Amino acid sequence: MSTTQDPPRDPMARPARLMKRYEPILAILLAAAMITAAILAPWLRFVLTIALAKGIAVLGILLLLRAGQVSFGHAIYIAFGAYVVAFLAPTVNDAALLLALAAVGAGLLGLVIGAFVTRYRQIFFGMLNLAMSMVFYSLLEKLYAITKGSDGIRVEIMPIAGQALDRVAYEWVIFGIALGIALVVAILLRLYLSSPMGEALAGIKTRETRLEFMGVPARGVLLSAYVMSAVVGGIGGALIALTSRHVTPQLAYWTSSGELVFIAILGGAGGVLGPFLGAATYELVRIYAAASFADAWQMILGAVLLLVILFAPGGLWGMAARAIGGRGR
Amino acid sequence: MAEWFQDNGLLLGLALLDGLSSAGLIFLVAVGLNLVFGVLRIVNVAHGSLYAIGAYSAASIGIFAGSLGLPDWASIPALFLSAALVGAVLGPLIERFLLRRIYAQEEVVQLLVTFALFMILEDVQKLVWGVQPIENRVAMQLLGNTDVPFGADFIPYTNYQLFLLPGVAIVTLVGLAWFLRRTLTGRVIVAVTTDREAASAMGIDAAKIYLLTFTFGAMLAALGGALSSPTAALVPGIGAQTIVLSFAVVATAGLGRIEGAALTSLMMGLGRSIAVYFEPELEVVVPYIIMVLVLLVRPQGLFGVAETRRV
Repeated sequence: MSTTQDPPRDPMARPARLMKRYEPILAILLAAAMITAAILAPWLRFVLTIALAKGIAVLGILLLLRAGQVSFGHAIYIAFGAYVVAFLAPTVNDAALLLALAAVGAGLLGLVIGAFVTRYRQIFFGMLNLAMSMVFYSLLEKLYAITKGSDGIRVEIMPIAGQALDRVAYEWVIFGIALGIALVVAILLRLYLSSPMGEALAGIKTRETRLEFMGVPARGVLLSAYVMSAVVGGIGGALIALTSRHVTPQLAYWTSSGELVFIAILGGAGGVLGPFLGAATYELVRIYAAASFADAWQMILGAVLLLVILFAPGGLWGMAARAIGGRGR
Repeated sequence: MAEWFQDNGLLLGLALLDGLSSAGLIFLVAVGLNLVFGVLRIVNVAHGSLYAIGAYSAASIGIFAGSLGLPDWASIPALFLSAALVGAVLGPLIERFLLRRIYAQEEVVQLLVTFALFMILEDVQKLVWGVQPIENRVAMQLLGNTDVPFGADFIPYTNYQLFLLPGVAIVTLVGLAWFLRRTLTGRVIVAVTTDREAASAMGIDAAKIYLLTFTFGAMLAALGGALSSPTAALVPGIGAQTIVLSFAVVATAGLGRIEGAALTSLMMGLGRSIAVYFEPELEVVVPYIIMVLVLLVRPQGLFGVAETRRV
């Protein structure tokens, strides 16, 4: 299109500023709520670990959304991290080490793919990411000799940082690690987004050309964000593999990528807590819907997403912001 | 080389025929997606669901027609009829009540709305038609087979896939090209695609064009599904498979020219069926390899026009 439009003024600016101040307190509250829930109901411990893992991965989606780019294929990094754990578990046999390997491996994959896809914007960026993830999905599914195809690979309980643990202790430690990583990554990301690099990222969304006139290498900025998003995706995937202890190619299918964008929008792209709020809600709704309406859980999730988009712009985070902002007035 | 042909010639011939008929189906779905994206600027993830619902409806209507005792030849118009029905019912419903609310929103949000719709329709389809495979091959059996000469041999091939599928695709291609370039409504659609604001300023009723285009796109998706239904058993998940393939076609072809979608569909259809016969592991990967190679050389797609950089 030849005409240009400035993005509409954000009506959420004031509540968003308020939220920024409350963010650390809310993060502590959310973490405390998760720990309490995990103590009260052991099955929630599993659900919340998965939610934390997905939340960590969605932070990467958030980063790209800041640049106005939607990746419809980020499940590739989740699947890659998960399969790193599954493949190397017999030889490495230590969860902490595997997490680090998954992060580094996903980062390298992100660098290779990112070098290619960051040349493109908008629909081409989204579709190329989709293509990459679908190629990976097909390889996982078809190379039966290596990956056991759609049967997937089981991951046994393994020592963590040299400590052999029984099942319950293992699950608790993984939950704790997920929570710890979530906090650290969220804090780092918050610092990054308010740094000059992070601000430049937002510049890609509004006017990339102007950014380059100022001497900022836009593609480099996007690539570094892309690699970071791949790293957190790999960590999220490794945590999912360590928790569910079974990895399948489904992790890389395009609907899994859609799920990540879904969680980002559900939680709200305004702050780093949004993904965790979104992921916890998503997983809980999914569990309840699957238990009560086995054939219609997708429909229920889809309806929730539609309702949020149509009636609660800014997602759950935005709803919380309005609640707090309203009281402060 | 000659020896290779001696051994694999028939397989190659079969691959070419399969590729041609599947290219026809891919084109119908992808050109609808392309048209909708061009006018509405929305990547419609639910386009695949419309394909699946089109396929299931056609099979059901065909089976129903058979149970009424209608003659077999009726199964062919029934395919087109059910596609038109699905498009005419679901298209306006989706555009009016869902998409119309989000035209002003960000691209991500629009994408997600159609993704939500995809999730909902996927379950609707399972609730209505169940998860057991559904088959109705009457239309394909009705048309019989032809022995296609290939070298010294003959390949028996169904007339349905040999003539009807590519035929419908070619008629759609030519008809669409004529419609968009020679009729008033078609030219208005092109105008809105090129510059929405200028077109509205000229007095074009954009809302009407959006509704019309989306309904037409939905019909094309449903037609692709309906025509595919006699060739294979229908199972859940066909919508999800179809939409990613159509995405690949649209991105590779570039936005705009429908001839681009036709050529790309042909490349991907042939590439995929050759893979099926010679390297089955690669079948799903081939379209994406083609896409990546094309975009490496032409970042705006085969026929796309590079956008001017905004300052």
